Amino acid sequence: MKNKRALFAVPYVGWMALFVVAPIVMVVIYAFTTADGGVTMENFASMGTYASVFTRSFWLAILATLICLLIGYPAAYFISREGPRFQRVAMMLIMLPMWMNFLLRTYSWMSVLENNGLLNRFFSAIGLFTLINNIFGTELEYFTMINTQGAVVLGMVYNYLPFMILPIYSVIEKMDGSLVEAARDLGAGSARVFRKVILPLSLPGVLSGVTMVFVPSVSTFAISRLLGGGTQMMLGDLIEQQFLGGAYNPQLGAAISLVMMVIVVVCMVVMNHFGEGEEQAVML
Amino acid sequence: MLRLRGGDIKIMEKERGRIMSKKLISLADCCVAFDGELVLDHINLYFNDSEFLTLLGPSGCGKTTTLRIIGGFLTPTSGEVLFDGVRINDIPPNQRQVNTVFQRYALFPHLNVFENVAFGLRVPKTETVEGRKKKVKIPEEEIRQRVLEMLEVVSLKGFENRRITELSGGQQQRVAIARALVNRPKVLLLDEPLGALDLRLRKDMQSELKRIQQQLGITFIYVTHDQEEALAMSDTIVVMDQGRIQQIGTPEDIYNEPKNAFVADFIGESNILDGVMHEDFVVEFFNRKFKCLDKGFGPMEPVDVVIRPEDVDIVPPEKGQLRGTVASVTFKGVHYDTIVDFKGFKWLIQTTDYHPEGETIGIILNPDDIHIMRKSEYSGMFGDYSSYSEEYDELEDVSLLEEDGEGGDEE
Repeated sequence: MKNKRALFAVPYVGWMALFVVAPIVMVVIYAFTTADGGVTMENFASMGTYASVFTRSFWLAILATLICLLIGYPAAYFISREGPRFQRVAMMLIMLPMWMNFLLRTYSWMSVLENNGLLNRFFSAIGLFTLINNIFGTELEYFTMINTQGAVVLGMVYNYLPFMILPIYSVIEKMDGSLVEAARDLGAGSARVFRKVILPLSLPGVLSGVTMVFVPSVSTFAISRLLGGGTQMMLGDLIEQQFLGGAYNPQLGAAISLVMMVIVVVCMVVMNHFGEGEEQAVML
Repeated sequence: MLRLRGGDIKIMEKERGRIMSKKLISLADCCVAFDGELVLDHINLYFNDSEFLTLLGPSGCGKTTTLRIIGGFLTPTSGEVLFDGVRINDIPPNQRQVNTVFQRYALFPHLNVFENVAFGLRVPKTETVEGRKKKVKIPEEEIRQRVLEMLEVVSLKGFENRRITELSGGQQQRVAIARALVNRPKVLLLDEPLGALDLRLRKDMQSELKRIQQQLGITFIYVTHDQEEALAMSDTIVVMDQGRIQQIGTPEDIYNEPKNAFVADFIGESNILDGVMHEDFVVEFFNRKFKCLDKGFGPMEPVDVVIRPEDVDIVPPEKGQLRGTVASVTFKGVHYDTIVDFKGFKWLIQTTDYHPEGETIGIILNPDDIHIMRKSEYSGMFGDYSSYSEEYDELEDVSLLEEDGEGGDEE
């Protein structure tokens, strides 16, 4: 009986082995070999050149994750306290952009942020630039918004915010309301109820939200290409270049992927470790 | 059977005793309406200091709503809530000298037993020192001492470091009680706290709760739908239905002197018959006059007559005041639940003697076995065991019914 049911898992296990485990093994092999097959550490040694890309990628991803958290937590919290009808509509609106193609959404941001894009044209139409130029004696024609770090972070926040809101919302929404009542009953004011009960109990949602935003952010390449205009090269772009671009070097690309993966895994393990002792995490 | 019923004076004394002790909380004309529907209908009720009071009633009767008003989780639509004579309608729950044991405990799953119990103690208290308001924290040493002391009261010594998820239902229950009591509230509110426990544990916890209440000498306001629980623990029972108070009294009053058919049926088993009060101490039902102990009714006033199933004496048919046929018998351990058919009206009689189905028996009712109630909106709704026997029949094999040639009383 038990074994018969296990048969149903075979396709999935086969799929995972073929398309997840095997590629990882290949990445590892590539990372430690040269183009003609010899074992080497050269790929890792040469990575130092790209230290700035590593720093930028992690810095921008951390920034985007923090901003998502700062926007997403209160959003999730307040949505969960509204009536069921409001909650349904709010969830719909949050998911709505995800029904549209990712690239399309990012292209739209380009046309919004460009030098002669929607925003700048709007500012110009309301006479903002004339006003600033009159006051400061400058000759401003537009704000430079596209091709900046800010634009890249904006793109990441915009694209990944739902992944922060949804897990936090679902944890808070499922939380037993009598716990809040119990805390109030025991004398805790609203701030204390939040700090001592709601926040620690919603940490699992926060952790999965952070993971779901940080991991795609750190490895993104389309957003940095489209909104960063190539000036803000990130790890994703770097890796892509090694496989598809002019700097063809799959061994180096594999090595960078491997290092990135290890760093991400370490981050996640550390975070989940704090997640187990929620109290400590609250003090952080 | 030898229950003393000439106790009107005694009851009055008890009632006076209740009035004379100190009123701690009063509900004055409280109404609660949800979406225009009246959930509490003009409740007037007071709670004495050091009293074990139970709000008893079926689900939806308004008992939990009443508790939530006292706890501060609900503001009455109209009416006043007074604590020590001060209006507290708008005081939030965290500023009331009241603590609650919640229905499903509501323990904090991210904290261990010690921290759960210490939760209330760790909240800084606002105290007025020399005219200035100051936040005062209880020193860690005192918190530790009080928590451990309280865990001992609820017999959970040595459990401080356990996680909540590692505890059994009964242990979680005790933590919930300790967490509320450690704050030394003047009143403890308990919302069906034993509902999730099995029968054995529930009995143990009942006496445990009563012991704790007497040991600490504070007011317990207890909500339950379990009449046995209410009878076993309470000093005062408030029976509620449809958002209204049906009766307030000691467990003995409520059981022996139910005010209407609802109370008589809800508390214990009752046979409720239509009767007519001929004069003081004389009631007629089943075309026969019986002596009773009740008076003060109008001449020929229609009344509800309550006869408790354990009060009926079974005698040989020729000696009985009434004769009936045994319709069904169920063994219940201590006694037999015997359903007896009196001219189509079925009574439940509890007797330790076995009378087989089909036997004709006689019964004798002594004056103190008969209790008279005024007619109420509940008259005619309860106290007929015709449906009772039907339920029993349904459980049995259908072929048995066919053999008998008659299957229950069909309506």
